[in-house]
Order: sequence, then C-alpha cells, then structure tokens
Amino acid sequence: MTDTLWLAILGMFVATYMVRASFIVFGQKLRFPPAVVQALSHVPVAVLTAIVVPEAIAPGGQPDLSWTNPYLVGTLVAGLVAWKTRRILMAVLVSFIVFGAMRWLG
Amino acid sequence: MSERFSVALAGLRDTIPLTVGTTPFAVIFGTLVVSAGLPPEMALALSTIVFAGSAQFISISLISGGAALPVIWLTTFVINLRHALYSATVQPVTKAWPLPWRVLGAFWLTDECFAVFERRLQTVGERDALPYYLGSTISFYLNWVGWTAVGAYLGNRIPGVATLGLDFAMIATFAAMIAPQLKALTPVAVAATAGSVAWIAQGLPYKLGLMLAALAGVAVGVVLDCFRRRLAAKEAA
Repeated sequence: MTDTLWLAILGMFVATYMVRASFIVFGQKLRFPPAVVQALSHVPVAVLTAIVVPEAIAPGGQPDLSWTNPYLVGTLVAGLVAWKTRRILMAVLVSFIVFGAMRWLG
Repeated sequence: MSERFSVALAGLRDTIPLTVGTTPFAVIFGTLVVSAGLPPEMALALSTIVFAGSAQFISISLISGGAALPVIWLTTFVINLRHALYSATVQPVTKAWPLPWRVLGAFWLTDECFAVFERRLQTVGERDALPYYLGSTISFYLNWVGWTAVGAYLGNRIPGVATLGLDFAMIATFAAMIAPQLKALTPVAVAATAGSVAWIAQGLPYKLGLMLAALAGVAVGVVLDCFRRRLAAKEAA
C-alpha cells in the first residue's frame, strides 16, 4: 500500500468519524441553522446523480447513448424498479440480471 | 447468561436482516477493490477504518479515476453528512453513556444500525440501550469487515474479475437509492442539474466535476426552496 492510499484512508476516516461523533461525543453545543439543514437535504440526490450519470453514459470513458450500453440500460432498470417498488435490493438484483444478460449475450 | 449479554444478543438478532442485506455489498466491495487494480489490503483497511459503505464504493471509483486527495475527503464528508442527523437523534440517549463508549459507539453509527436502534428506543425505550446498541453495531461491523475480506480474497483468486463489470453494482445501488425520491419537482430538478453538470464537466482533472455538479444541484434545490417559501408567504398574505 502506498502512502497516498493510506493518506486517502486517514482523511476518509476523519471525514466520516467527525460527522458521526458530532453530537454523540461533543454534545448539544452543536446547532445547524435551518437553512443549512434544508440545503443538506439536497446533497444525497445531487452527489449520487453526479456519480451515476457519467458512469452510466460513458462507462469506458467513451459516451455510448445506445440501447446496447449495458451500464446505461442497467442503470435505467435499477432506477425504474426502485421508483416503482421502493425496494432497493430487488432493484439492484433485477438490474444486475439485465446487465449480466446484456454483457454475456450481447 | 447475564442480563446485559442477553440484551446485546437481542441487538444482534434484530440487526440480522440488515446484516444479511449488506453482505453481498461487502463481498462485491472487496472484489471491486482488487478488480480496480488496488491492493486487497486497501479493501480491508477501508472497511475496518472508515466503515461507511457508500463512501467506500465512491472512493474506489474516485481513486482509480485519479481524483485528488481533497476531492476524495470532501466527497466522503458530504456523502456521510446524513450521519450528523443520526448523531443528533440518538444524543439524548447516548449522553448517559461513559465517554469511551460514546467515542467508540459513534464510530459504529451506520444507516442500518441507526434504524434498528431508533426502533428499539421507540418500542422498548432507553433501558439497556448501550448493550443493545453494542450487540447490534459490533455484529454488523464484524460481518462487514469479514465479508470484505472474503471479497478481496475472491478478487485475488478469480481470474479476469476486472472484466466482470462489478463496478455496475455501485451505480445500480445509487440509481436505486435516488429514484424513489424523484417524485417531486425539486429533487427532479436537483438530479437533472447535477447529472447534466457532471456529464459536461467530467473532463475536469482530479474528478473536480463531481464537486461542481453536486454544488450546482444543491444550489438549484436551495433556489427552488426559496421560491416555494415566497409563494407560500404570498398565498398566506
């Protein structure tokens, strides 16, 4: 393991632990202004979409907006099943089957 | 068997469905690290030291994409911000715990164990909260670390694991997490903005496009919230 990888892990530990320990360890001295709480509520959707979109459209770096791109089709299937059923694990499973079928048969 | 021990066992038992549900992800994570060309110890170190599923998955895609360290750290921080809410929610209960247990207990606070603990507090109350929490979190933690190791081992053993497309597991999971929230105008606008900017800015070095896209998405959300508040105020007036 290189020093850079250890540094990455160390920083990630700090970034994760600080948040978890915030109230439990440091108590009620902390307060979030309501505006911050509301802005934070948009963070998960924004970050996750920002991660998913480029990976789904251009898995190998080259954009592929066709129905033969298993990443794109699989992602749409996962999203659609989850949107309909709200069952994340099932959505992942179904999309994995579609993805796998396209990879090995296509 | 002491009273505390049986309470800890109850915590373990109540967490089993979630422990089982996250097991495939632990295995996939371990395998994914190896298939991304990183050392298997990296998988184990992340699960043992960071212990945050979605952040772990993202860090692998960031690291193999050549992201700068501050981008990795900031993304981790942002992804995990929701835990501050959990931390605040359990604080009235945990304040009675000795400091060393609070310090350790905070480390084990995950989405899954928070959900289990919260339910226990609502049904049974605060009695024996500490042994219950420890039984739940420690078993969940050991399971996550153990199966990560299995995944990393398999990744090293299975030839051609890098071509299996395991990175799709993360993308599918995230898509499935976002989709159910896309039922109102604001989250749809947030997702559309973040997605477009991420797409346009993906050529930026060190994966800075990700931060830019997230920021743009949140900004649109904040603006729409403001509009809605104004509209509501007008209607009330």
